[in-house]
Amino acid sequence: MELLRLATAGSVDDGKSTLIGRLLYDSKAIFEDQLDAVERASERMGADYTNLALLTDGLRAEREQGITIDVAYRYFATPKRKFIIADTPGHIQYTRNMVTGASTADLALILVDARNGILEQSRRHAFLSSLLRIPHLVLCVNKMDLVDWSQERFEEIKAEFRDFATKLDVADLTFIPMSALLGDNVVDRSANMPWYEGPSLLHQLEEVYIASDRNLIDARFPVQYVLRPFSDAHHDYRGYAGTVAGGTFKPGDEVVVLPSGFTSTIASIDTAEGPVDEAFSPMAVAIRLTDDIDISRGDMICRPHNQPHTGQDIDAMVCWLTEQSALRPRTKLAVKHTTRSARGLVKDLQYRLDVNTLHRDEKAEELRLNEIGRVSLRTTAPLFYDEYRRNRLTGSFILIDEHTGGTVGAGMIVGPTPSTS
Amino acid sequence: MSATYQLSHLRELEAEAVHIFREVAAEFERPVLLFSGGKDSIVMLHLALKAFAPCALPFPVMHIDTGHNFPEVILFRDRRVAELGVKLVVASVPEAIERGLVHDVSGPRASRNRIQTPVLLDAIERHRFDAVFGGARRDEEKARAKERVYSFRDEFGQWDPKNQRPELWSLYNGRHNHGEHIRVFPLSNWTELDIWQYIADERIELPPIYFAHERDVFERDGMLLAVGDFVQPLPHEVVERRLVRYRTVGDATCTGAVESPAASAEDIVVEVAASRITERGATRADDKFSEAAMEDRKKEGYF
Repeated sequence: MELLRLATAGSVDDGKSTLIGRLLYDSKAIFEDQLDAVERASERMGADYTNLALLTDGLRAEREQGITIDVAYRYFATPKRKFIIADTPGHIQYTRNMVTGASTADLALILVDARNGILEQSRRHAFLSSLLRIPHLVLCVNKMDLVDWSQERFEEIKAEFRDFATKLDVADLTFIPMSALLGDNVVDRSANMPWYEGPSLLHQLEEVYIASDRNLIDARFPVQYVLRPFSDAHHDYRGYAGTVAGGTFKPGDEVVVLPSGFTSTIASIDTAEGPVDEAFSPMAVAIRLTDDIDISRGDMICRPHNQPHTGQDIDAMVCWLTEQSALRPRTKLAVKHTTRSARGLVKDLQYRLDVNTLHRDEKAEELRLNEIGRVSLRTTAPLFYDEYRRNRLTGSFILIDEHTGGTVGAGMIVGPTPSTS
Repeated sequence: MSATYQLSHLRELEAEAVHIFREVAAEFERPVLLFSGGKDSIVMLHLALKAFAPCALPFPVMHIDTGHNFPEVILFRDRRVAELGVKLVVASVPEAIERGLVHDVSGPRASRNRIQTPVLLDAIERHRFDAVFGGARRDEEKARAKERVYSFRDEFGQWDPKNQRPELWSLYNGRHNHGEHIRVFPLSNWTELDIWQYIADERIELPPIYFAHERDVFERDGMLLAVGDFVQPLPHEVVERRLVRYRTVGDATCTGAVESPAASAEDIVVEVAASRITERGATRADDKFSEAAMEDRKKEGYF
C-alpha cells in the first residue's frame, strides 16, 4: 500500500470541511464516538442535519468561531492507499497555512462553489499549489446540487480555470463536479450527473500515478548524523546517516563529498535490517565509503558528474510567515536548508508578487505576513542546492528569526543570484 | 519493490520517524524518550534503535510512573531496558506526592492522569532535557490533529495552539532558549492501524495485557475496568470474568479493557480494521469529561 499526501484548500463556504468529513465518513475512517460527538454538537448549534464539518474543526476557538484556523492533519485509508490530508484554511490571512500544508503534498484539492465560480481565492490556491510544486491538482466544483447539476455551468468554470492555469506551471490538472453534502462523485459516481464521464474523487485519489513525482535522477544525500559505535563488535564502523533527497545510490557508485570535493566509492548502504542494494528518496539509510575521509553533518554526498549548485548567493521565492516582523533588505536571519544551517542576509527584494493577479510590484520595500516575493539572499556558508522546481527537498529552506526562534519564512530556490557586475 | 521506486506506506512512515530521531540527536544536547511500556512507546523505541544501529541509543528513556501500574507492563519495561542496555529514568508520581509537588486525588473516579503533568515538567527541568520524544499520534484526538512534529514548549511546559511554528517540508525548527524544550512526535502521521500492522510485520514484543486474556472486570461509564489494587467496584457494580484485552495502557485507574478474543498482533490488525470506535473513546475516561478535555490538558503541558 502506498502513501498519498494531499492538501486541501477552500473557504468555509466552499464546503471543504464537509467534503473531508464526507471522505472520512464514506471511507469509514470516522468512528462512532466521533460521529456521536458531532451529532450532539450539531444539535446544540441548532443544525437540522449532522454537520460533518465539525469532525475536522479541532480546536475550541475554531468550534466557537466556526472557522478553521490552522493546518490539521487527517488520516484515512482504502484497500489501495493510505491518505494523509493536510487540511488548510482558505481565508486570506492564512496563506501561510496553505504553504505549510502544500509543502509536502503530492496532490492538491481546490474547492470552488459552483454558484460562485472561480474566485480570487481559488486563483490564489492554484497559484500557491503551483509555487509549491504540488504535482497533481484536482479542482472540485462543489455544490452542483445548487446549480441543478448543470453541465453547462461545470464547463464554464472549467474553461475559466483552465484559462487562468495556463499562466501557472501545473503538471496534471483534473476537474470533478460534485456535491460533498450529498456525496455525489465523492466516493461513488453520481447518478445526478450522467454527462460526467470522469472518475469520482476517491477513485482519482486512489489511481493517480505518483511514483515518478520524486526526483530519481540527481543523486543527493545530505549527511544528517555520523554513526560511530566505538564498540568491540563494530570497532571501525563509520556510517553517514541520512535520508536520500534525490536520485538513487548503489554500492560501488563513485561519489563526491561536498564541500571537501573528495571522491570515494560507496562500500555499502546500511539499514537496521542489514545492507540494501539500492537507496532512493525518501529512504533513511547509512552510507559507508571505501575511504576514510572527514565528513560531518551538513555535508552532501552526490555523484561527480551530477553535482548541485554550491554557493552563497541564492535567489528564491520567499513566503513570509509572521506578523511580528517583516522581511526587508538587510534583514538577517538563520537559514535551515537540508541538514545544513547558516546565517543569511537579505541582499535584495526584487519584487513582491500579488498572489491574486500575479502582478509583480518591483517597488515593494518589504514582505509582510502571507506575502510572497523574489528575494536575493547571501549566506554565511555555501549551500548545496538545486532549483526547487527540480527537487523540492534540496531546493527548499526555512528562515528562522534569531531572536524569537520562530519560523518566519519559507523559501523556494530559483537559482544562483545573477551577477550584477 | 525498489524496481518501482515506491516505498510501502509503513516503510515511508518508518523512514520519516528515523529521519526525525536522527535530526533531534544531531541538533539537541539532552534528548529523552518517554517510555511507558505501552505499545506506542515500544514502537517508538524500536524505531529509535533502528535510527542509530549499530550504535547504542544516544539518549535515555523516561517513565512517568503514576504508581497505578499494570504489573505486567512494569515487568516488561524493566526487562526490555535491561536487554537493550538503555538508561531508564523514572519520575515517580507517588514520590512527587510525598514531596508535596502535587496532591493526590481521591474518590472512585480519581485518576492521577492530570497530576502526571507537573511531575513530567519537574523531571524535564531537573534533568535539563531539551527534547522529549512522545508517542502521540495525530489520529488519536481532534486537538492532536494540529500538533506539529516539533512542538515548542515554553518554560512552563505549555503548548500554545494558536502560536505554533509553521512546519514545512522535512525542515524542523528546534530553536529554544534555556529552560524551554521541544516535544517531538515521530509517530505523528501513524494511525492505530499502522501501529498494529507495524508491530505484526516487525514482530515487536508487547506486554501480554495487549492480547486476549481472562480478567475480572466491571462496567463503569461505558468502559470495562479491571478489579485490581487501585480500582474497586462500587456496591452496585457487577464483577464478571470476561475475555478482554487492552487497546491502550495508561494509568490503571482510568484505562478500560475491551472484550476481544484477539490473541496476536495479526488478530488485532483485523479487529482494528473493523472497529468503529476510536481507541481513546473506547478506553480512556480522562478524555470523556468534555469535548475540549485533551486540548486543555495539552495546553498545561500534558504528553
